[in-house]
Amino acid sequence: MGEMEQMKKEAEALKTQIEAARKAAHDTDMASAASGVAPAPRVQLKTRRTLKGHLAKIYAMHWCTDNRLMVSASQDGKLLIWDSHTGNKVNAVPLKSSWVMTCAYAPSGNLVASGGLDNMCTVYNLKTPVIKTVKELDAHTGYLSCARFLSDTEVLTASGDTTCALWDLETGKQKTVFLNHVGDCMCLSLSPDMNSFVSGACDSLAKLWDIRDGQCKQTFLGHTSDINAISFYPGGNAIITGSDDCTCKMYDLRADQELITYQDAALNSGVTSLALSMSGRLIFAGYDDFNCNIWDSLKGEKVGVLSGHDNRVSCTGVPPDGMCVCTGSWDSFLKIWN
Amino acid sequence: MARDMSDNDILKMELEQLQKEVKNTREPVSKTAKEICEWVEAQAAEDPLIKGVPEDKNPFKEKGGCIIT
Repeated sequence: MGEMEQMKKEAEALKTQIEAARKAAHDTDMASAASGVAPAPRVQLKTRRTLKGHLAKIYAMHWCTDNRLMVSASQDGKLLIWDSHTGNKVNAVPLKSSWVMTCAYAPSGNLVASGGLDNMCTVYNLKTPVIKTVKELDAHTGYLSCARFLSDTEVLTASGDTTCALWDLETGKQKTVFLNHVGDCMCLSLSPDMNSFVSGACDSLAKLWDIRDGQCKQTFLGHTSDINAISFYPGGNAIITGSDDCTCKMYDLRADQELITYQDAALNSGVTSLALSMSGRLIFAGYDDFNCNIWDSLKGEKVGVLSGHDNRVSCTGVPPDGMCVCTGSWDSFLKIWN
Repeated sequence: MARDMSDNDILKMELEQLQKEVKNTREPVSKTAKEICEWVEAQAAEDPLIKGVPEDKNPFKEKGGCIIT
């Protein structure tokens, strides 16, 4: 008992020290820094495509690096590969487990991955004459909430078992386990330089990790509920998070603290997903209230809304060339807007 | 996994992490926020969702209409 009390005291003292150091770095705020920036124009995007094909709730989508193909995952037990230009389905991958929560496209375009309540990440090769399962990555002891390819040989996963992991696709084994969260990991985002990633979890924390040494480098506080969505800012110096506490936040990596909260008194639905426009200026955040709100990331103001889904917006994605935004919903449709 | 860990082990893990993080250097917001704004503003000019996509260059423009051959 004595030892635990001792550790708690020391932890509290360190938290106070860190808080003081953050305050010392807080010599101004983002509102002042952005005061000279012209407001973003009112953003009015039109639905250009409605992709119909899934028979149940869509849980995830991810763009291919070619800016044209995308993969979506639904609890109808399928991954669908779409040609977003024509609106046609290019491939359908039947899943062994229909309880899918995430999907990912490899940067090469050769592979896709899915995972969910089966606790596994399954990798498929799209380029063989018949789509084949390449590997089943099986070691997590909780659901798979997010997966991202670093290449055709490495995958990063986030899990309800509170860990993230880096996998070697040739051996099918975990190379590194990232353990520091104390709640289910819900999302992850790779840094532009691919040397680090950030994770968001049900412990309300976002953490920055070094991929190669496996260490947690920084922890970001502020949210008061599960962080469901997270994304690196394109420049690599900030991250955006979305939470069940109905807000999104920007955290500055170098100042090690929260810079802005994106919130509105009228908004009392959790944030399920988010994506950034190519410059980072616009945040597309999907909410439980069936809308996707568009935020000016520098000014903190709402500048538009994407309405059109008849159920929760569960996933959003902007392709690398920034030419559109895709929203996916529990209403079983994907929409492409620009 | 944090689920299998005892309260003691979790506390130890949190304490070790705080001991590492307290040593991090933190740059002033006046510098970092300004650089974020500058980077974004430089890119925003070319951001298709801000400047708009011209109809003839839009790969997602609505299909339909007639082609007269």
